[in-house]
Amino acid sequence: MNRILIVLAHPRYEHSRVNRALIRALTPLKSVSISDLYEEYADFNIDVEKEKDRLSSHDVIVWQFPLYLYAPPALLKQWFELVLEYGWAYGKGGNKLKGKVAFASVTTGGSRSSFSPDGHHRFALREYLRPMEQTAYLCGLKYLPPFVVYGTYRLKEEELQKVASRYRVVLQRFQEEVPVEEIVNRPSLNDWLSERGG
Amino acid sequence: MGQSILLNALVLLAAALLFVPLAKRLNLGSVLGYLIAGVIIGPYGLGLIGQEGQVLMDFAEFGIVLMLFLIGLELEPANIRRLQKFILKAGLFQYTFTTFIIGLLFVLIGFDVATSASIGLAISMSSTALVLQMMKEKGLTRSPAGEAALAVLLTQDVAVIPVLALLPLLASKTADLGGSLISTLPGWLQTLTILAAIGAVMMSGKYLLVPFLRFIARSNLRELLTAAALFIVLATAYFMGELGISPALGTFLAGVVLAGSEFRHQLESDIEPFKGILVGLFFISIGAVIDFRSVTSMPLKVGVLFFALVSLKALAIFLAGGMARLTMDQKIVLTASLTQIGEFAFVLFAFMHRLSLISAPWMDILLFLTALSMIFTPMIMLLVERFLLPKLLAGREEGRASDVEYQPNPVVIAGFGPFGSTVGRFLRANGVEATILDNDPDRVTLLRKMGFKAFFGDATRLEVLKSAGIEEAKILVAAIGEWAINAELIYKARKAFPHLTILARVAHPVQAYELLSQGEAHIYRETLDTSVRLGVDCLVKLGHRRYSAFRAAQKFLRYDEEALKVLFQTREDEEAHLLTAREMIQIQEKLLMKDRLYNPSVYDHAWDASIREPEK
Repeated sequence: MNRILIVLAHPRYEHSRVNRALIRALTPLKSVSISDLYEEYADFNIDVEKEKDRLSSHDVIVWQFPLYLYAPPALLKQWFELVLEYGWAYGKGGNKLKGKVAFASVTTGGSRSSFSPDGHHRFALREYLRPMEQTAYLCGLKYLPPFVVYGTYRLKEEELQKVASRYRVVLQRFQEEVPVEEIVNRPSLNDWLSERGG
Repeated sequence: MGQSILLNALVLLAAALLFVPLAKRLNLGSVLGYLIAGVIIGPYGLGLIGQEGQVLMDFAEFGIVLMLFLIGLELEPANIRRLQKFILKAGLFQYTFTTFIIGLLFVLIGFDVATSASIGLAISMSSTALVLQMMKEKGLTRSPAGEAALAVLLTQDVAVIPVLALLPLLASKTADLGGSLISTLPGWLQTLTILAAIGAVMMSGKYLLVPFLRFIARSNLRELLTAAALFIVLATAYFMGELGISPALGTFLAGVVLAGSEFRHQLESDIEPFKGILVGLFFISIGAVIDFRSVTSMPLKVGVLFFALVSLKALAIFLAGGMARLTMDQKIVLTASLTQIGEFAFVLFAFMHRLSLISAPWMDILLFLTALSMIFTPMIMLLVERFLLPKLLAGREEGRASDVEYQPNPVVIAGFGPFGSTVGRFLRANGVEATILDNDPDRVTLLRKMGFKAFFGDATRLEVLKSAGIEEAKILVAAIGEWAINAELIYKARKAFPHLTILARVAHPVQAYELLSQGEAHIYRETLDTSVRLGVDCLVKLGHRRYSAFRAAQKFLRYDEEALKVLFQTREDEEAHLLTAREMIQIQEKLLMKDRLYNPSVYDHAWDASIREPEK
C-alpha cells in the first residue's frame, strides 16, 4: 500500500473553505499523512531533517495549496528551496526521491475556461506549475497532472462536497496503485477520474 | 565543651528544621517560624538550650554582627539615590516623629527626658532584616509600600550611627562601659572617641579594606576572599568592642563602606551561604531571650505598654505613608509591615543599660516588647493581607462591580509585571481576555479601571487561584518575576490541576532545567529571544546581511532549546530533585561546551552555490 504525504501550504487555513473541505474528506484514509507547513513553520524556519524524513517514508507526495498570483504561497517555495537539497534530492548522489510519485492539488478562484488562450488568465493552469514539474523531473519523481478546484468563490456547498469526495477517491486509488502511464498525459487528475467514470 | 556546643547546634538546627517549614506551611513566614522555634527551645520554654541564655546570646550577637554587615552592604549608594525623595520626607519624618511621641509617652510614665529620648530613639527603629525578608517572600519588594518601607528602613539604619554617638551625651553621669578603653573618659570625650572611630572605619574602607581585598583577590582563591570578608567583619567587631562601641555597629559600617566598592557582589555572594542560616539563628535567639517571668509578674502593665508602643509607631508610619503619597491600601501594608521594634533596639537597649540610662528590669521588659513586636508583625501582615486588603479593594470596586458579569476566562496570568503585562496586552489585542493575579494593589486597581479582570492576591495560594477561575481556565501563564514564587506556583498548580496547560516564564537555563525535571513542557526563557534579537542586530551592524543573521538566530534558538532538552535526557539519575549549586554549574558548563561544537551555518546550502558542481 502506498503511503501518501500531503504537503499543505495555506497561510489562512482557518478561513479557507475549499482546502479545509478537501483535507476533511481525507480523514477516513489511513495511509495519508499531512504536513501543515504554515502551522508547523510559522516562522519559515523549516526543520529540514524532519521534512526529509517525512519524504523518505512516503511514496506519493501531494503539494496542496491555493494559487496566489499564479504561484504557490511563499512558504511552499521556501520548502522546495530548503528541503530538496542538492546531493540529497538531486545533483551528485541526490537520488532519495527517485521513483516516488508527485503532483499538485491546487485551488483557484478563476474558472476553468479563464485558464485558456482566450481566457483572462491566458495559459492553462498546468503551465503555471512548470517549475514544480521540472523540479520533480530533476529529482526523478514521477510527475502527474494536478488535481484542480476551479472557481472556488462560486462553488456551491454540494459542488464542494462532490469535488472533495473526488479528491478522496483519487487518493484512495493511489493508496492501492498509481497508474502513471494512464494519467500522465491528461490535463488534470479530475479529467482522468471523470473518464474512468469515478 | 565540644560536646555541648555540638548538642546546642543540634538542638538549634532541629528546632529550625521542625518549626520553619511548619510556619511556612501555615503561611506565617519563616521569621515567625524561627522565633517560635527560639521560644520553645529557649531557657524560658523547654530550656533545651543555653540554660542561662548565655550560649544563645553569644550566637545571637554573632548573628547580629554578620547580619548587620550584610545590611550595610545592601546600602548601595544607588539605592539611596533612587529613594532619596522617600527618605527625606517619609523616612526622616517617621524617625523623628516616632521618637518624639514615644519619648513623650515615657516622660509621662515618669522617666527623665534624656532616658525617654534615648528609649524613643531605639523604639523608632524597625527591623530591616525581618521586613526585607517578609517583603521578598511576599513579592512586595517592588510595590510602592515595599519601596517606602525600604526608604524608612534605610533612614533608620543610617540614623543608628549618630544615635550611638549621641547616647553617651544623654547619659547623665559618666557611664561604666565595663572595662572598655574609653570608660574612664567623660561623656563628651566618649562621644568624640566614638565619632573618631566611626570616621576611622569610614576612611579605612577606601585606603585599607579595598586595597586589602584587591590583594587577596589577586591570589585567585575564592575561599580566601570569603575568609577575608569574615576577617574584616570580625576585626571590626573586635576593635569596636574594645572601644566600647557596639560590634554590630562597627560591622554595619564596614558593610556600608564596602557597599560602594567593586567587591560588593562578591562579598555578598561569599557570605550568602552564611546569611540565611545566621538570620535564622538571630531570630531563634530573639525567641529564646523572651523572659516570660517578667510578663507574668506584671502582665497588665506590659500589655498596655505593648499596645501603646505599637499603636504610636503605627500612627507615625501611617502618617509617613501619607507623606510618601501612598494609596490607602499601600499605607496599610506599609504600616503593618513596620510596626515592630527592630534588631537595632536590642543593641541600643543593651548599650543604654551599660550607660546606666535604663535599669536591668526595664531593659528586660523592653527587650521582651521588642521580641514580642517582632513575633506579631508576620501575624499582623497576614491579617491585613487576608482580611483588610481584599475588603478595601472590593470597596473600591463596588461602584462598577455589578456590571461585571462573571465569565470565566480561558487564560489566567499570574504576575503582571513587564513580562506578564506584555502577554496580557498581546492576548487582549487578539480578542482573548485573561484573568490577572498580581500582588501590587495599585496595579490591580489600575487594571480593573482598564477593564481587565484582575485580582489582588498571592497566586501560590490555591484558594486565590480558584477564585480567579483556574478550574475553568485552559491555560495558566506563570509570569511572576520572583523565581522562588513562580516555581512554587507552578508546582502547586500542576499538583492541584493536573490537566491545566502551564506556560512558564523562567529567567535562567537552570530554572528551565528544574521545570523540565518536574515534567513541565512549556518553558519560556524571558531573555532568550530578546538577547538573540540583539545579537542579530549586532551581526547586521558588523556588515552581515539581515536575512542571514536572522536565519542564524532562528537556528540558534532551536539549537539552544534542543541542547537543554538533550542535556536533560542524558542526565545521570532519573529522579527529579532540587538542583545543587554544583549541578547548576555543571549544567552551565555542559551548555557552553556544546556551544563550541555548534556550527550555525550547517544545512543552509540551499542558497549556497559554492558546494555545487559547475553547470555543464
